[in-house]
Amino acid sequence: MKKDIILAGVGGQGILSIAAVIGTAALEQGMHLKQSEVHGMSQRGGDVVSNLRISHQEIASDLIPFGKADLIIAVEPLESLRYLPYLSKKGWLISSSQHLNNIPNYPDLEEVLQAIRSVPHHILLNADTLAREAGSVKAANMVILGAASPFLEMDFTLLEDAIRTIFIKKGEEVVDLNIRALQAGKEVALQEQAL
Amino acid sequence: MRKLLLLGDEAIAQGALDAGLSGIYAYPGTPSTEITEYVQQSSYAREQGIHSQWSANEKTAMEAALGMSYAGKRAMVCMKHVGLNVAADPFINSAITGANGGLIVVAADDPSMHSSQNEQDSRFFGKFALLPILEPSNQQEAYDMVHYGFDLSEKYLIPVLLRLTTRLAHSRAGVVRKEVRSQNEIRLPSDLRQYVLLPSIARKRYKHLLGDHHHFIRESEESPFNKTIDGPDRSMGIVVCGLAYNYLMENYPEGKAPYPVLKIGQYPLPRILMEQMADTCDEILVVEDGYPMVEELLKGYLGRGLKIKGRFDGTIPRDGELNPNIVAVALGMEDTVGVPVPGLMVGRPPSLCSGCPHIDSYKALNQALAILPKGRVFSDIGCYTLGALQPYEAINSCVDMGASIPMAKGAADAGMVPAVAVIGDSTFTHSGMTGLLDAVIEKSPITVLILDNATTAMTGGQSSAAEGRLEDICRGLGVEEEHIRVVRPLRKNHDEFVRILEEELAYPGVSVIIPRRECIVAIDKRMRDKFKKKQPATS
Repeated sequence: MKKDIILAGVGGQGILSIAAVIGTAALEQGMHLKQSEVHGMSQRGGDVVSNLRISHQEIASDLIPFGKADLIIAVEPLESLRYLPYLSKKGWLISSSQHLNNIPNYPDLEEVLQAIRSVPHHILLNADTLAREAGSVKAANMVILGAASPFLEMDFTLLEDAIRTIFIKKGEEVVDLNIRALQAGKEVALQEQAL
Repeated sequence: MRKLLLLGDEAIAQGALDAGLSGIYAYPGTPSTEITEYVQQSSYAREQGIHSQWSANEKTAMEAALGMSYAGKRAMVCMKHVGLNVAADPFINSAITGANGGLIVVAADDPSMHSSQNEQDSRFFGKFALLPILEPSNQQEAYDMVHYGFDLSEKYLIPVLLRLTTRLAHSRAGVVRKEVRSQNEIRLPSDLRQYVLLPSIARKRYKHLLGDHHHFIRESEESPFNKTIDGPDRSMGIVVCGLAYNYLMENYPEGKAPYPVLKIGQYPLPRILMEQMADTCDEILVVEDGYPMVEELLKGYLGRGLKIKGRFDGTIPRDGELNPNIVAVALGMEDTVGVPVPGLMVGRPPSLCSGCPHIDSYKALNQALAILPKGRVFSDIGCYTLGALQPYEAINSCVDMGASIPMAKGAADAGMVPAVAVIGDSTFTHSGMTGLLDAVIEKSPITVLILDNATTAMTGGQSSAAEGRLEDICRGLGVEEEHIRVVRPLRKNHDEFVRILEEELAYPGVSVIIPRRECIVAIDKRMRDKFKKKQPATS
C-alpha cells in the first residue's frame, strides 16, 4: 500500500497534528514514511502545506509529484484548492467548508465551495460544527482526518490508537474528544460515499 | 533497532550527540534552527554537559566552535546559508588554521527562498575555503555523515562543511542510530602556533591546506557517499548531488535508472569517477539543488568538450528548488499534472499576528511620518519585515541582519533627514550594535526603533541575547540618556508613542526608541509550558 497525501491549511490550524496521527499509525504497521513540512515565515498566518508519503516500499522523494497525490486533506476550503495540481485523476479532496478569512481579498466563499464541488471526488464538511459537537472546535482537524480515513486503507483502530499515543499527555478527556471528532468525520465520509 | 522519526535537522543533531559532540553553537535561522533546538531539548545532552546555548550571531558561533575544536573536543556550528556570510571570516580562516577536535560547520541552504532573502549555494563557500563538503540525500545519510564528518575532520585536522537544503532539513523519515561514542578529552593542538595566522605562519598553513587537497579528492573517490550505479544506456550519464538523487529515483519507481548514475554526497568532486562517466557516456546531465556548481566545473569556461546538460542550457530551470517533475522533464519524460488551480485563487501571505506589538509600532510610526515624504524607513530581518506588506507598508528595506541602522545613517549622510531604522531586539544584538556605534560617533540624525518583543520571534521564539540589556548597550555605545526612550506599544498609548516619535525625529542626532512588549506567541507558549509543568505526567 502507498498513499501520497497533501495536507493543507493556514499556519496554526493543526495540519501537522493530522500528519502526526497518520504517521504514527503508518509506522505502527512498519510502513516507510516521508513527511515534508513548512517551518519559518509562512507559519505566521500564511498558507502551509505538508507532503506526507507512506508506503510499504521505500520512498524516494520527499515531495509528491504533480498529478500523483491520492488525497488532499485540507482544514480550510481556499487552501484545499491551492494544491489541486498535485491531485491524481482518481484522487480525493477532503476539505472543511469552514473558511478562515485573514486576507483582504478572500474570494466569494460560495464560489470557493462551488469550485470544490466541481472536483470529481470530494468530501466537503463543516468540521467546526462537528468538532464543537464532539466537545471542542479545536478538534476540527481530527474531524477532517476522520473524513479522510476511509481513503487511507488503514484499520480505523490504528488511527484511534495513534490519537491516544499523541494526545495522552494532555489527558484522557482530550483523547476521547479527538476520537469522537475522528468518528464524526468518518460518518460523514461514509454517508457521502454511499450517495 | 527501532527507527527514530526525525527531521533532517534532527537527524544531524542526533548524529552529533551520538558521535561524541561536546558543544553546538548557532544563531537561529530557518531552515537550520531545529538542529540546535534538538540538542537543547535532549536530556542526554544536559546530563553530558553538552553546550547548546544560542550565540549572539553566526560569527561568534563559528569562533566559539573553533575554540572548542582547538581544545580538542568535537564541536558543531549551525546556520542558514546567509548566516555563513556573517561567519565567513572565521569560516574561511578556519581552513587555514585547521581543526583539532572534530569540527563540522552545518549550512542549511534555502533554494526557492521559502524563508530567506536569496538562494545562495553554500557549496561554493566550501570550495572557496578548500574544505571537504558533505551533502546528504536523505535523513539517514544526514545522521551517518555527522559521524563520518567528525572522523574525517580529525583524520586531516580540518573543518568539514555539511550542506543541506530546506527540503531535507524540514522533512521527516526513519533514521537508525549508531553506537554512542563518548566525548573527547581536552587535548591541545600538537603545534601551539597552528592557530596563529601571522603571515609567516599563515603561508605555511595555506601550503599545508593546498597539499592536503589531493587527499580530500582521494577521500571523495573512496567515500561511501559517492558511488556510480551503472546503467545500460550510455547515451547519457547522470551526475546527481545530494537530495536531487531522490527526485531522480522518484521517476524510476522500479528503483533503477537506465543510464549510469554518479551519486555525489562528498566534495571535492571525485575526479576518477567523473572521468569514468565522461569517457563512457555521450553526454552528461547534472542534477543539483542550488546553483549549477558541478555543471560549471564539468563544462569548463568555454564549454567546447562533452555536452553537459543542466541549469545553464535550460534543461533545468536556472533558479529555484528542484522537484520530481522538473527532473522528469530533464530526463525527457512526460510531465504529470493534476487539476489546474481555479482562477479565483489568491495568495495568503504571512502576516503579523493579531495583537502583535509591531502592529502598534507601525501604526504610530506611520502617523508620525505622515507629514514627511515617504521612503525613509530602513528595516531589517524578523517578523517586523512583514510591515512592508499591506496594510502597513511602513518600511523600505530588508537586506541583511543589522543593515537597517547603517543604511539609515548612509541615507542621512546623503541628506535624507530624518532617516529611520527599524530593527528587532535579537537582530540588534546580532549585528546592529556596531552600526549604531558608527552613527553615535558621527552624531548622525537618525531615529532607531528597536522593537523589543523579548524573543527571536520569526524562527519560533528562541531566547534573545538582548533581553534586559538594551538600554545599557545603547548607553554604553554612547547614545545620550535623554534620547533613549522606552514605550509600551499598546493602542491606549498610541498618542504618547506618536509624540515621542515626533520629538525624536526632530532631534538632529542619534535617538533610540524601544517599543517594549512581549511577543504574543511567546506569551502563549510560556503560559502553556507553565500549565504543562503544573500537570502531573500521565504516562
